[in-house]
Amino acid sequence: MSTPFYVSPQQAMADRAEYARKGIARGRSLVVLQYTDGIVFVGENPSRALHKFSEIYDRIGFAAAGKYNEYENLRIGGVRYADLRGYTYDRDDVTARGLANVYAQTLGTIFSSAGEKPYEVELVVAEVGDEPEGDQIYRLPHDGSIVDEHGSVAVGGNAEQISSFLDQRHRDGMSLAEALKLAVQALSRDTNGSEREIPAERLEVAVLDRTRPQQRKFKRIVGRQLSRLLQADNAAVTKTDEPSDEVPEE
Amino acid sequence: MEANPRSTGRLPAAFLTPGSSSFLDFLSAYSPELLPSHRKLPEGVLDAPHGTTIVAVTFDGGVVLAGDRRATMGNMIAQRDMEKVFPADEYSAVAIAGTAGLAVEMVKLFQLELEHFEKVEGATLSLEGKANRLSTMIRGNLGMAMQGLAVVPLFAGWDEGKGKGRIFSYDVTGGRSEEQGYAATGSGSIFARGSMKKLYSPDLTEHQATTLVVQALYDAADDDSATGGPDMARRIYPLVTVITEEGFRRLTEAESSELARSVTERRLTQPDGPRAALL
Repeated sequence: MSTPFYVSPQQAMADRAEYARKGIARGRSLVVLQYTDGIVFVGENPSRALHKFSEIYDRIGFAAAGKYNEYENLRIGGVRYADLRGYTYDRDDVTARGLANVYAQTLGTIFSSAGEKPYEVELVVAEVGDEPEGDQIYRLPHDGSIVDEHGSVAVGGNAEQISSFLDQRHRDGMSLAEALKLAVQALSRDTNGSEREIPAERLEVAVLDRTRPQQRKFKRIVGRQLSRLLQADNAAVTKTDEPSDEVPEE
Repeated sequence: MEANPRSTGRLPAAFLTPGSSSFLDFLSAYSPELLPSHRKLPEGVLDAPHGTTIVAVTFDGGVVLAGDRRATMGNMIAQRDMEKVFPADEYSAVAIAGTAGLAVEMVKLFQLELEHFEKVEGATLSLEGKANRLSTMIRGNLGMAMQGLAVVPLFAGWDEGKGKGRIFSYDVTGGRSEEQGYAATGSGSIFARGSMKKLYSPDLTEHQATTLVVQALYDAADDDSATGGPDMARRIYPLVTVITEEGFRRLTEAESSELARSVTERRLTQPDGPRAALL
C-alpha cells in the first residue's frame, strides 16, 4: 500500500482557496451600489433567463458571481430559509444579517471540510432600509468570511480593480441614473485598463427600491426603462462626470 | 440557524437540494409539523370562530371580491371587524369562509406558496395553476373539515392570457369549479346569490360591480344572522377589493363607507333593495 503524500494544513487550505478564487475569476464581475432611493445591482449577463441577481425577501436581494449551479443552490436555499423564517415568526424578522450568517456558515463549513469541493462562488446579500443609513450590504467570499460593505462592492473576475475604481468615484446620495452610469463605467474597464462598450441588452440590472409602495422592494429594470435610464445618464455625463471625479481629490 | 436548533449553523441539506419550487413541498419534507394538514387533532367536534359570507362578481375589465366583517361562534359574535379578503399576489385575491383561524393560516401559506414559486422560478404561476394549488391545500384540510373545521374559499384573479377577471369556487373536498359572472360562499351565500342573480348583468362597470357586492352582502345580512351588515355606528363596512389589469386594489375606507352609506340610505325607503323587472 502506498503512503499518501503529506500535505501541510496551510498548504491544503491555500490550494483550496486558490482553486475557489480561480473558479470565481472566470465569471464576469458584477457590482452592487447604494443610491439615494435604495441599492442597485448591475452586471454583464448575456442571458435573459439565468439571473445573477434575485429577490430573497421583501427587502433583501442576492447577487452572485462564480459557478452557476452552486450559487443557484445557495440562492434557493436562501429563499427557503427566508420564507420559512418569515412564516414561523414574522416578515419583519427576516434580516440580511441573519441570512448572511447562514450563508457564511454554509460556505465556511464546505470550504474547510476536506471531503467537499469548495464552492467557487462569491455572494452579495443586500438589504434596503427605510433610510439610506439603514442599508446593509454584505459580501461573502468563498471561504465563509463576511465583509460588511458600505457604498459600493464588486465581486467576480476583476473585482479588485473595479472596487478601487468605484471606491474613488462612488458618493452618497447618487441618483439611480448616476449610480447606473458609474456601475457600467466600472464594468467596462478590462484588466489591462482598456475600455469596451457593454450594450444595454447585455446588462442585467435590478434594484431594491425603498420608495416602492409594495412590501416587496426588489424590481428588475429591463427594456425601455433601462435604456431610458442609460440615455438619461448619457445626457447628464457632462454634469455628473466632474463632481464624481472631484471626490477622490478632496 | 435559528429555525433549526439541531444544526451546526450551516444550511441543512434539505435547503440546498434542488427540486421543487413549491414551499408546501419543502415544508412537508423539512418541517411537516408546521403544516396544518399534518397536525393531529383531538377527537370530537370543536367550536371555533367562523367567518361567514363572501361574494365575487366579474365586470368588464376585472373582478370584485368582497366579504362581510363578522365572525361568529355559535350564536355569539366572535369578531365584528374580521378581514376575510386577502391579496394572494399582485393579480389575484382569495376570500375565506369557514373556520377563521385555519382559514387565515391557509391564506398565509397560499400567499407564501405563490411568492415562493415566483422567487425560485423567476416567473409567476398561471391563474389556473394558482387555483389548482389552492385546491390541493383545501383537500389537505379534509380531515379537519370532517371535524367541523372546514375552510371554503373563493379565489378570483385577473387572467393575463384571456384578458379578463375570473372566479373559482371550491367545495370542502377541494373540488374546484369556475363560476361565470358571480359567486358566493358561506352561511349567507344563499341570500347573497339570490340577490346577485337578480342584479347581475355582464356589462357592469367597476363602480356598479362594487355596489352590487355591497347590495348582496346587505341582503345576506338581512336574512342570515351570522352575516354582518354595514355597521355605521362603529364605522365597520364590508371589505371590497378589485382586481384589474393594474393589479389588486382594496377600496379605501372612504370609498367603502360611501358605498355602504349609499346602499343603506336607499334601503331606508326600500328595505328589500332594488326591484328586478317581473317579466
